[in-house]
Amino acid sequence: MTRRALYLLPLLLFALVAGYFLWGLASDRNPNLVPSALIDKPAPAFDLPPLDGLGRPGLATADLQNGGVALVNFFASWCLPCRAEHPLLMDLAESGVVRVLGIDFRDSPEDARRWLGQSGNPYERIGVDERGRTSIDFGVSGVPETFVIDREGRIRYQHIGPLMARDIEDKILPLIESLSE
Amino acid sequence: MSPGRGLRSSLGILALILGLLAPAGAAAVLPDEVLDDPVLENRARALSRLIRCLVCQNESIDTSNADLARELRILVRERLTDGDSDAEVFDFLVARYGDFVLLRPRMKPANYLLWFGPAALLLFGAAGVTLYFRRRRPSAVDGLSAEEEARVARLIGQDPDAE
Repeated sequence: MTRRALYLLPLLLFALVAGYFLWGLASDRNPNLVPSALIDKPAPAFDLPPLDGLGRPGLATADLQNGGVALVNFFASWCLPCRAEHPLLMDLAESGVVRVLGIDFRDSPEDARRWLGQSGNPYERIGVDERGRTSIDFGVSGVPETFVIDREGRIRYQHIGPLMARDIEDKILPLIESLSE
Repeated sequence: MSPGRGLRSSLGILALILGLLAPAGAAAVLPDEVLDDPVLENRARALSRLIRCLVCQNESIDTSNADLARELRILVRERLTDGDSDAEVFDFLVARYGDFVLLRPRMKPANYLLWFGPAALLLFGAAGVTLYFRRRRPSAVDGLSAEEEARVARLIGQDPDAE
């Protein structure tokens, strides 16, 4: 009996390895996705100046700790995927379910002003992260990235890459709803 | 073939060999990033080679030209200048980007399979092969049984009792 079980071992090992490879090939898996290290941790300490000439205040850690659930979106005027997700952020800001806050990542102020002037400004506050140091503290590796911050100022969700309508419906909105209760 | 062409082709081969021998990733460190203290700079370079560029993902920040890699190189140097140990620099980055930022995985229970898996598989295979051959050997080495001797003798027409 035990002898026969031993013969099944290679088959079992093969099934294990094959299953792992199958998982690796799954079409909905993105191998470039880096698991976030900051989930459920307080947002890092930062204090960023406003974008001159836009008439919106800058952004600091304190702004995340009072005022309700917030969506912090890292963007840049030179970033094409940011343009793709921009209409969705406009909709979110208009709906008023969440405060939409922006961090302008390694950008020229003129370009940022021009872009937001052309396509609209969804951000209640914008912090200018000229060298990208605050972005590093948030574990951002590139724009766009979007964080959901709860009322106590803790990071609850990190979205890497442009937001799609599906991401907002399936993840962002339900999370905001549960955090707002 | 003219002697000139022969020379040119051997020069070509030489260039090819030199090209293949050159280090795969030349450092991307820019002069303005380099620290004045050579000891700290050497430490920074050694650390940079072990830190992943999150943009290029399979390159270290030492060889990557990405903006983020440059900023991380400067950050590593700032922290070393402020007196951080190597471990503190790694901890700082892991707190932000997770273990993925390290090109050499840490020795911790979650990574044991990664570190010891290949060696364990090798041992497992070696044990299997040893067992297999050890079990086979006796039947090959043992002589014929008395019964078989008798049968052989009968077949070749000799009576074993006659000898």
